[in-house]
Parts: sequence; C-alpha cells; structure tokens
Amino acid sequence: MSEQPLLKVHELSKFYGARIGCRDVSFDLWPGEVLAIVGESGSGKTTLLNCLSTRLTADVGSVEYLMRDGQYRNLATMPEAERRFLMRTDWGFVHQNPADGLRMTVSAGANVGERLMAVGERHYGRIRETAGDWLGRVEIGLDRMDDQPRAFSGGMRQRLQIARNLVTSPRLVFMDEPTGGLDVSVQARLLDLIRGLVQDLGLAVIVVTHDLAVARLLSHRMMVMKNGLVIEQGLTDRVLDDPREPYTQLLVSSILQV
Amino acid sequence: MSELATYNFAYLDEQTKRMIRRAILKAIAIPGYQVPFASREMPMPYGWGTGGVQVTAAVIGPEDTLKVIDQGADDTTNAVSIRAFFQKVANVAVTTKTREATVIQTRHRIPEEQLTEGQVLVYQVPIPEPLRFLEPRETETRKMHALEEYGLMHVKLYEDIARNGHIATTYAYPVKVEGRYVMDPSPIPKFDNPKMHMSEALQLFGAGREKRIYAIPPHTKVVSLDFEDHPFEIQKFAKPCALCGAHGVYLDEVILDDKGGRMFVCSDTDFCEERREAGHVGELGVANKEAAE
Ligand SMILES: [Zn+2]
Repeated sequence: MSEQPLLKVHELSKFYGARIGCRDVSFDLWPGEVLAIVGESGSGKTTLLNCLSTRLTADVGSVEYLMRDGQYRNLATMPEAERRFLMRTDWGFVHQNPADGLRMTVSAGANVGERLMAVGERHYGRIRETAGDWLGRVEIGLDRMDDQPRAFSGGMRQRLQIARNLVTSPRLVFMDEPTGGLDVSVQARLLDLIRGLVQDLGLAVIVVTHDLAVARLLSHRMMVMKNGLVIEQGLTDRVLDDPREPYTQLLVSSILQV
Repeated sequence: MSELATYNFAYLDEQTKRMIRRAILKAIAIPGYQVPFASREMPMPYGWGTGGVQVTAAVIGPEDTLKVIDQGADDTTNAVSIRAFFQKVANVAVTTKTREATVIQTRHRIPEEQLTEGQVLVYQVPIPEPLRFLEPRETETRKMHALEEYGLMHVKLYEDIARNGHIATTYAYPVKVEGRYVMDPSPIPKFDNPKMHMSEALQLFGAGREKRIYAIPPHTKVVSLDFEDHPFEIQKFAKPCALCGAHGVYLDEVILDDKGGRMFVCSDTDFCEERREAGHVGELGVANKEAAE
C-alpha cells in the first residue's frame, strides 16, 4: 500500500428532512484496500455509498479523492464534466441489479467496450480485442460476445457488469450488494471471481452488504452501521470474531444460527 | 382557400415567426446544437413536415423562390401539398429547379447539384436526437451533449459492425458539426453526408413534433462518425442512372415489371430531367428529341 489514502472521508452527513441518512462518517481508504459497509436495511449503508460515489450530495462533510496526478480533490466541488469522467475511468460502480449498470439492448462486447469508446478509442479491432480479454477474465465465453445481456443468467450479467467497469483499469470500485439476488452457489463463484480480480488488479473497493459472509470473504476492514451511524469498525476478522458492540454481536450471532 | 386567405403572410403570425427566427439564430450561432422552440399547430399532421414548414415560414420572404422535394422528387403528394401551401399563404414563386430556388425544403435528400451561397436548405426532421436510440432519458442526453460525452454514438456503430461486419447504418448517419456537437442529419442517405460539409448554403433543420431546431451555417465542418479501421464510406452504385447515364449520384431502384425487371435511376428527378434535356442518355433512356436533332 502507498503512503497516502486514496479516499479521505471527513464527517460526512446526509439528512432526508428530519430523518438521518448517515451521520458523522469519517474514514480513510487506502489503495488496494477492501472496505465492507455492513448493516441491515435502513441502516444508512446505501446512503453512505451513494454519498461517497457522488450519486448523492452530502449535506455536511467532505470526500477527497487522490487523483492520478497525486493531488487530492474535493469531490463535491469538482466540475460535473470532470466528475463524470472520473466515474467512467478511474472508478467503477457495480449495482446489485445488473440491469441498472448494463445496457441490456446492446451486445456484451459493446457493454464492455463502451468505456473505451467514451475515452476516445476509435479502433474497432482493438476495442473488440480488449473486450474479449475482459469477457475471458470474468469467465464469459467469446461465443457470447455478440449476445445481449438479456439472454444471460443473473450470475453472468453480474460478471459482465464487473468486466464493463474494470476495462478502464479503475483504482476504486463501489459495489452495492454485488451478490444479492443470486443463488447461493452462484454467489460463491462470483465472490471467488471478485476476490481474485481485486487481488490481481490491486483494486480499492467499498462494498455495501447485509451479508456478513460477503464481508468476511472480500474485505480487509469493515464498518457496521445502525440508524445512520457507524457503530463499530476495524479489521474484518477482528470485528467478526470479537465484536465489541452488542448490536454487532447480535448480527454475528444471528448469522451463526442460520 | 378563403379560410387561409385571412392568415398572415406565410401563415404564421409575426410574433410566432419572430420566436422561430430567434431559435434559428441561436441554432446558427451554435452549429449542430438542438434549440427548443414552441412548435405551433400547422394545418397538416405531424409526420408531414410541420417542423420544416415552420422554419420555411419563418425565413421565406415575398421575393423568394421555393422548391420542395420529398425523397428527391418534386412531385410526391407531400412535396406538392407543401409547395401549394406556400403558394397559397405566401404567394411565392415556386420551382423544381435546384439552381433557381432560394429556399429548398426537403425530406430525405440533398439535391445533387451543389448548393451555392444565399440558398437555404430546410430539412424536415422526425427525430432530432441522435443519442435517443440508446439513451431514452432526455435529461441524460442533454447532459451528454453539454459535456460532449459521445461514446454512445460509437457503441451504435460498434454494434453495427459486430452484427453485419461493416457499418450498416445507411440513413440518418450521425455527424459531428464543427468539431463539437453530434447531430442527426435527418433520414437522408449517408450518400448525402459529404454534401453537408463546408456547404455554401445555410442548412436549417426543423422537428415539429419534437419541437427542436438546429442548423449548419455555411462553410461549416461536418464529419461523419466512424472507426479508424472501418472508415465512413458512401453508398456506391454498380451502374450509372439508367435514364440519364449520370455517375456518382444517388439512385433509386424502380421495378419495371412483375418478372424481376428493374432499373436504377436518379432519385433527384430535377437533376435527371435536366441531364436528359441536355441530351444525356442512359442504358434504358430515350434520346431527347430536341437535343438529338
Ligand atoms: Zn438520371
């Protein structure tokens, strides 16, 4: 890991009227680090993810990102054109529902190639070759390259969405319940794939999940949220094996009973 | 007739014309940018060129000579009725000769004869938004134009090649105007795309149902999108026009009989007639008597 955090989050809060979305969240994310944000629905974990990824505007606090030129930039004050460029080059966002992150009516190859075209690649042969490589890395056969994701299974769609995000070699990927809604066996395979890619590419990941098994398998560090607040954070193994907060203990014990 | 006679010159009232002219001026100032305008009801249904008709009504003056073409022809129902409309409401001179016209309203073609300074070409546009087919959200397409995010246009061309082995888009082929805005040239054949580039004429585009006006001022760069390894190409025809023998023009297929007989002739009927009058004869053409004598 390098000496500087990739993301510096300082006292981030988001309110919906009088209701708290998330409050006073601060942390640093390091290059190559996987952070899991866990909690039940309504805990504020999705609000936090959306604020971090600039899909929502926070009411208070700041998020600074270490640009490739080595300078920190406050994401809230970044011009929209630059922010959108960052989002489709140096960042990725993996939605729980692949249909939210894919273009369902264009081919798998074009889904992966879109980001390349967006940054100015104008050579069809090269786009196709790179897209083919990435489909291979997410275990989608080249014979499916010209098929639309509508014809794909849920697990395959999710793998395609991951390839579509990684093709520009981002440094930071946000994931929202990436294995949610999939069969258990499909989940396990997908988690293995994600874990392998994250290690190979040295990706920093912020993954939101209600599933402690996902946090255990993927993350180095985790934050537990409840009612919009981070109530416990630490190394994943420590939090899961030796939870300090009663609420975390309850979460961990409930998963053990299942 | 008597009902229309009570209307203002060119049908629209002066205030409406001023509003449309303001939109046109803005469109000229920002080549390729779609300017919203308050499209009015016209005495014809959408799909009959109400956008083009409003633009023509706003720019035409008593001294103008109007030509109206539909798929290259001056004599289709659509062309005839629009021409008759302006004869009635503006009492302007009309012509079928490209050279004589000062204002040309068109659907689906650009005349073969090179347009010159002072001429205005008004296109009837059904769908002005080139990004629409992959991004249905208007808020998003507007943002993409504003931020010059045009990767999606190449996604469509990529799909074309992946499916057909080549760029199969032949009509409404997207262009980039003056290095900035991506624009739908309306459903003209891509054969006509190069004619838009650095044209001496002013090109105006009107979409009635979608309430948009856009423009290409004279001497403006218009580049068709493509890939390095799949460059833009116009349609090529194996044979010249069967009637006038013209090469390098856009041809329509005409069925001659029910035994598979067919010929390819100029889609620009005025162009073809003029050539035949000048004595040019194609494979199936009949020599013009006067010229032959
Ligand atoms: Zn001809």
